[in-house]
Amino acid sequence: MSQKFQGLPASPGIAIGSVWLYRPSQTQIEYLTGCDPKEEWERIQIALQQTHDQLEGLFEHTKKEIGLAQAEIFEAHQMILSDPDFLTTIETNLNNHLYNAEAAVQDGINSFANMLLALESEYFRERSQDVRDVGKRIINNLLQVIPQSNLLPDHPTIILAEDLSPSDTVQFDKRFVLGLCTRKGGPTSHTAILARSLGVPAVVSAPFDWTSFDNEPIAILDGEKGELLLNPDITTLERATEQQTNIKRQNDVLISLSHQPATTVDGKTVEVAANIGSNHDAKLAISMGAEGVGLLRTEFLYLNREQMPSEEDQIPIYREIFEIMADRPVVVRTLDIGGDKSVPYIGFPEEANPFLGWRAFRMTEQHPEILYQQLRALLLATTSTTDLRIMIPMISSISEIKRARTIFDQAIEDLKIEQKPFTNKIQFGIMVEIPSAAIQAYEMADFVDFFSIGTNDLTQYGLAVDRTNERIAHLASPFHPAILRLIKMTIDGAHAKGKWVGLCGEMAGDPLATTVLLGLGLDEFSMSANSIPQIKENIRRLDQKACQTVAETALNLSDAKDVIDFLHNDDQLKQKMGW
Amino acid sequence: MLVKDITILNSVGLHARPAAKFVQTAARFPCEIKVCNSTKESAFVNAKSILSVLSLGIDQGHSITIHAHGEKELEAMEALEKLIAENFGE
Repeated sequence: MSQKFQGLPASPGIAIGSVWLYRPSQTQIEYLTGCDPKEEWERIQIALQQTHDQLEGLFEHTKKEIGLAQAEIFEAHQMILSDPDFLTTIETNLNNHLYNAEAAVQDGINSFANMLLALESEYFRERSQDVRDVGKRIINNLLQVIPQSNLLPDHPTIILAEDLSPSDTVQFDKRFVLGLCTRKGGPTSHTAILARSLGVPAVVSAPFDWTSFDNEPIAILDGEKGELLLNPDITTLERATEQQTNIKRQNDVLISLSHQPATTVDGKTVEVAANIGSNHDAKLAISMGAEGVGLLRTEFLYLNREQMPSEEDQIPIYREIFEIMADRPVVVRTLDIGGDKSVPYIGFPEEANPFLGWRAFRMTEQHPEILYQQLRALLLATTSTTDLRIMIPMISSISEIKRARTIFDQAIEDLKIEQKPFTNKIQFGIMVEIPSAAIQAYEMADFVDFFSIGTNDLTQYGLAVDRTNERIAHLASPFHPAILRLIKMTIDGAHAKGKWVGLCGEMAGDPLATTVLLGLGLDEFSMSANSIPQIKENIRRLDQKACQTVAETALNLSDAKDVIDFLHNDDQLKQKMGW
Repeated sequence: MLVKDITILNSVGLHARPAAKFVQTAARFPCEIKVCNSTKESAFVNAKSILSVLSLGIDQGHSITIHAHGEKELEAMEALEKLIAENFGE
C-alpha cells in the first residue's frame, strides 16, 4: 500500500529507488559503580586521543572530498572533545560516583546535550546532536566498537534515517546516495547541506514510521515538494520517472553540450570560466564545461585563523587547484579582505565606511609583505603547464598598478635568483570594480595584460548603493545604463590596446545579461559552475552583430528598469532563447 | 577582579564561529574567566568552555557580563572586548 509523508524540502530533485534504513546500532552501555577512578580516567584518555585522531582524519578527508566548509564541523567536534567543563564533568563522575568510563562519558554527554536542547533557537538544538555525535564516538572507542562500515549501502539507495550527523554521512559512498530523508532536522541541518553539495534531493522532518518498512520498499523522494512516497502505485511511479527523466534530460543535454565552445551563430567565440573557492569547486567547474577559472577567491586561506598563513600553508592548496585545472587558465584574485571580512592578525581598525576603507590592495601600503608572500606562494604552487593570471583587486589609480607590479616583479625576480621552478605562462591584471578604473581603462591598459570586471562592486560604487542595506539593495542593478557604460569603457579601453576583458560578477551568469555583454564585446564570462551549461547554450544561439545593436539601444535607455524590460521583450531574442 | 557588561550586536549572537572565537580567546589567558547571559539572568559559566558558553543561548541583542580574575585579567578582558567590538572578525 502506498504511503505519503510530508516533510520539508531540503535539497531539490527527484530520487526514485529502494529505501535503505540507516539505523546505527545503539551501543549498549553498562552503568557500573565502584570502579577505580584512576584506571577509568586512563581508559578515557586513550579513547579521547583516538577520537581526536579520527576527527582529524575526518576533517582532512572531508576537506579533500567535499570542501573546507563541510569539513569545519569536525573542527567544532574537536573543540567539544577538549572542552574543559566536559572533561571536569567526566572526572567528577569518576571520582564522586566511581562510575565506569562509559557511564561517566555518557552522563556528561547527556547533561550538556540536554542543556542545549532546552534552548529556544534551532541552532543550539542542532548542536546537541553534535555533542551526542562526539559522545558516541568516544564510547565506541572505549568499547573498541568498529563503527558500522560494513553496514553501509553497497548499491544506489535513498537513505532514510532518524537524523544524520556528519560522522554518519561522511561514511557513505557518494555513488550510492540517491537521496537523503530524515525524520528530524531542519532545512539548515547537516543533511540538507550535504545533499546540496552532492547534488541529490533531500527531505527533512518527514514523519515516516520505522515499522512501516518491509524489506527495502521502493520510494519516490521529491526534494522540491518535500515528500516521501513509499510503495507508489505504477501510475505515480511512471509519472515521477518521466519527470525525473525530463529534468535529467534537460540537464544532460546542456551539460553534454557544455564542453563545446561558446561560439555565436556568426562565429565569435568567447571563453566561459568558473568562479571557484576550493578544489572541490574546481572539479565541479570542469565537469560543467568551464574552460578555465575566471575568479579564484583566496580569502578562505586567510579567514578563521589566528595568524597569517605561511608560504608553506598556501602552496599545497593552490597546487591542488592548479593540478586539477591543468593547462586551463586560472585567474587568481589576490587577497581581498577588509570591508565586510577582516582577520584578527592584520588588525583592522574600526571604520565608518569599511567598503570605502582600508581593504584589499590598499592594505599593501602598510603591509606589502602580505601580497609579496601570496604571490610567491602562487608562483611556487604552479606546475610547468599552469596558465596563471594574477588579478589585483580594488585598484583605483595607475600608481597603484605600478606599485602592485613592483611587488609582482620582485616576487618573480627573487624566485629566479633562488632558482625555484615556476610556470612561464603568467599574466598580470587588475579587477575593475571602482568607477575610476573603468573611466581610466584606456590608460591603465598599458600596464596590464587583462581586466576583469567585478560588477557587484562596480555597481555598488558606481551607484553609491550599499548592497548589504536591504532598504536600498534593489537600487543596485548592474543593468543601470551608467554601469553598462562603465563596462563598455573598460572593454573599449582594453581592446584599443590589444588586451582582453573578463567579467566575474554575478551578472556573467545572469541569462538576461548575456546579449548585452556579448554586444559590448566581452571576451570572458566567469560564473558559478552550475550556470555554465545554460549560459554557453544561450551564447551559441545568439548573433554577436545583433547583440551589438541590442547593447547600443540598452546604453541609451534611461534607467535599469527600462533596460531590463527591453531585454525581456526583445522579440528576436525571445524566439532564440525560448523565453 | 574585573567586571564588564557588553551587548552582543553581531547578527548571529554568540553562535558557531563567534562562540568558538570567544572561547579560544578566553583560553589563551591563565586567569579565571566567567561569563553570564545577563539578559536571561543566567548563572555564570566558564568562558573557556564552548559547551557552557553555548548553553547560555546568547542571541543578538543580549547583554553578557564577563568576570576575569587572576593573572593577566586585564589583558584577557581587553582581548575579549576587542574581539566583540571587532565583530568577531567576521
